[in-house]
Amino acid sequence: MSSAPLAAEVAVSPIPRLPKNATPYTIAAPTIEKETRAEEALDLPWHVVVHNDPVNLMSYVTMVFQRVFGYPRDKAERHMLEVHQKGRSILWSGMREPAELYVQQLHGYLLLATIEKVS
Amino acid sequence: MEIRRRKNQIEISELDPFLAELLRQIPASADTEGAPAAEQRIFSPPANGKERELCAEWKVYVEPELRRLFQTSTQTVGADLEQLNGNEKTLANRTLRIPTKHADAWLNALNRARLVIAVKNNFTELELNDHLRSPIGSRRDLSLFQVNFYGFLQEFILRELDF
Repeated sequence: MSSAPLAAEVAVSPIPRLPKNATPYTIAAPTIEKETRAEEALDLPWHVVVHNDPVNLMSYVTMVFQRVFGYPRDKAERHMLEVHQKGRSILWSGMREPAELYVQQLHGYLLLATIEKVS
Repeated sequence: MEIRRRKNQIEISELDPFLAELLRQIPASADTEGAPAAEQRIFSPPANGKERELCAEWKVYVEPELRRLFQTSTQTVGADLEQLNGNEKTLANRTLRIPTKHADAWLNALNRARLVIAVKNNFTELELNDHLRSPIGSRRDLSLFQVNFYGFLQEFILRELDF
């Protein structure tokens, strides 16, 4: 993650140096450019959610959580049971790009997974 | 039928013609062609309807990658299943050896086959959990048996992978 400041950054044009014998002139006020922050920089966290599917085996879902998120078995099982009992579980929260990659991996394992913006 | 781990292989021996045929049907069963509901399940959207841009990008960039992944798995399983090629007589007491390095491809193809069969038959959760249902008296019963048989193989492979 980048450590970009939250406040808008200000870029100031440098004042040019004049030669000694140059005629004085008035220089324009420095241009102040407000930098428009990229959407990603202001991005709210996203959830990676896995939804229940009665076809997927519990042991298979546990294995997928261990592999994709590197969770220990007990944590992976807790999430699996939450999916099974409550219909969904939030597996991970964070920036959009890694969240999308997690969802892509989960789809590769045929799990019903979605990315949801934290409201 | 017996199933065991032998060094770097999973060995399924004493396969009768019926079970051998079910195994040979894995690639065809995992195919979503001509089954829009199954296609929708296998390639489910990555977000709800509000995230239109994300879903559209997913279709263009991610879905083709998933299709390639699934195709590779099917090809690997199909190549392993060539051991079972032959007429019905020679299928009696056949043995199928699956290299453990192919385990992921098998898990993927078996899971896809189970999902596609379940969607095509619109199985309920109750039916899917009824592992003692017997005998096979209809095409639907056979499909349910197929889902459970493939699930049994998945469980064994997972156990052997020590997950």
